[in-house]
Amino acid sequence: MLPTAEEKLQLFRTMLRIRRVQERIESEYMQDEMKTPVHLYIGQEAIAAGVCACLRDDDAVNSNHRSHGHYLAKGGDLNAMMAELFCKATGCSGGYGGSMHLVDVAHGNMGTSAIVGGGIPIGTGQGLAFKMRGLDNVSVVFFGDGAADEGTFYESLNFALLKQLPVVYVMENNGWAVCSPTATRHSGDNVFHAGAGDRLFTAKIDGNEPEQVFAAMAKAVARARAGEGPSFIECVTYRILGHAGCLQQDPKGYRDPAEVEAWRARCPVCAYQRTLLAQGLLSEAGLAELEAELAAEIDTAFAFARQSPLPAADALLKNLFCE
Amino acid sequence: MPWSRIKPDTNEPDFQIEGLPDNRDGRRVSYAEAINEALSQALGLDPRVFVMGQGVDDPSGMFGATRDLHLKYGAERVFDTPLAETALSGVAVGAALGGMRPVYFHNRPDFLLLAMDQLVNHAAKWHYMFGGAACVPLVFWACIGRGWGSAAQHSQALQGLFNHVPGLKLIMPATCYDTKGLMLAAIADNNPVLIIEHRMNFKQRGLVPEAPYTLPIGKGVIRRKGRDVTVVAVSHLVVEAYAAAQELSEEGIEAEVIDPRTLRPLDEALILESVARTGRLVVTDTGWKTGGVTAEIAAMVAEKGFSSLRAPIVRVANPDLPTPSGYTLERAYYIGKDDIKQGILKAVRGA
Repeated sequence: MLPTAEEKLQLFRTMLRIRRVQERIESEYMQDEMKTPVHLYIGQEAIAAGVCACLRDDDAVNSNHRSHGHYLAKGGDLNAMMAELFCKATGCSGGYGGSMHLVDVAHGNMGTSAIVGGGIPIGTGQGLAFKMRGLDNVSVVFFGDGAADEGTFYESLNFALLKQLPVVYVMENNGWAVCSPTATRHSGDNVFHAGAGDRLFTAKIDGNEPEQVFAAMAKAVARARAGEGPSFIECVTYRILGHAGCLQQDPKGYRDPAEVEAWRARCPVCAYQRTLLAQGLLSEAGLAELEAELAAEIDTAFAFARQSPLPAADALLKNLFCE
Repeated sequence: MPWSRIKPDTNEPDFQIEGLPDNRDGRRVSYAEAINEALSQALGLDPRVFVMGQGVDDPSGMFGATRDLHLKYGAERVFDTPLAETALSGVAVGAALGGMRPVYFHNRPDFLLLAMDQLVNHAAKWHYMFGGAACVPLVFWACIGRGWGSAAQHSQALQGLFNHVPGLKLIMPATCYDTKGLMLAAIADNNPVLIIEHRMNFKQRGLVPEAPYTLPIGKGVIRRKGRDVTVVAVSHLVVEAYAAAQELSEEGIEAEVIDPRTLRPLDEALILESVARTGRLVVTDTGWKTGGVTAEIAAMVAEKGFSSLRAPIVRVANPDLPTPSGYTLERAYYIGKDDIKQGILKAVRGA
């Protein structure tokens, strides 16, 4: 299934928005106002955009430590996200969570785990809840190639197949787990691509191509809503920046600079921009307008975050238990 | 397995059961039946409740606690699970976030170690970590094994580990009445609750009203009044401590036996008030001594009730060793009534 012209523009807008937000965080991070470890999503925007374009507000997403893109693509409020990064009381998690623990209940983001692989079974359980409640909602789990090392992935997918759960497992294979390349950790292609046969819809796609992501995801979501069980989509992409922090904090020497440059040249946002301009769906004027709109929104969000109050000290003792 | 080394079926002692003062001629059921009834009532009353776990629908039904529930409520709501404790614990967390109320049975706390990531890194922190945005109402249940050489990996009393974790509620019932009321309270609670049972409890029969009821989580109960020494006993050691106290009564020592029922939150006020009257404290728990539940309760009293104490606190806990298998070694390993008696004498007479 291909996106409509309107959907294509929306895909691009989502990607560009994530990119510009990440760039602003990156450029201001060394000012030491955002006192929380950030894991930036630059280079992977097509995946969050393509996946979330196929979802409804009441579908669930389960993210991970690299969560900004998922949060925004699913509809998360930018002010609340930036306030969380600035550790403010107005943050989406009230200043308790930080960059790795974003939450947005209104859009089905019930909270983000930063234990690698920890969110995979939780997203599976959300799928179980949808099924037990007789709903046609879908639960999506975003995880990296590092999380695919974890036993929770195998255990969860087995359970989802067993119970025919409406879960889509989206693996963002960005090539690196901190400073460990996929090749030193994976024995080859993930076994689920071949091991589950007809029981599981799997796809291995170019994660830098938003329309490929959208098409695979649309198929997976349709299957899930129809009660046909889980899917596994591997999106091949690349982590342009380091594991955490801004560019200058990326340790040198663990990867070939030429590899990074080659992927920079394959920037998904720039490539899609060129495609839409060439197709006439996007004009230079329209692009400039969009850039201005995003810049203003980001300015507003950073101002909101800076001006927001810090949590009061007595907040420390609140929220351990749910009443 | 004949399980011949587990104690025979016995009626619970005639000790104080709070909430049941006038029901001495009431209905008597087994410990397993009490839990089973709680689960059955919860499943019947609330469509969000479901029961999962390896073997919950098999003929033994988790020592009887879950037996035949799948026949009454269907395989969708009472289901067997893969032996994948890590992920299935996460599935329970996710189902709770998705609006359900899972009850996840593990037949041994030893297996909970495979669930530690989800219990400690996820469930216990979820409400706090997101500033109160989301709740995780789930119940984890496990039963400490003992008897017939269960050995080092099927007998561990790991409450000390879980007691350390903020955000988890930890319940260890000792009577049939409590196990039903606390199970229903745990299911109704909006937070992750861990219930650790003991295999010995399953040999008890006690007075249990049929209608559903809940007991407050965080409230202990005095099982026996006494003026000379306070004995805080956990899980099946409540019965042992009560027996020890009854025997010492004949020697003129009157021990007050407190059953905290929940370790977290702990009913500190009840313990401190008792120690203020008796001036002496013995703490006994089925777990290891070092860093365990006895250490925590002793520290709490030393910190908040030091001026009440007229003698050093005595702890009676299992030795810091893996559980041996052979029955002679087991006998040397496990603590019980006689060890508690010795502990009481030490607290009272200093010897």
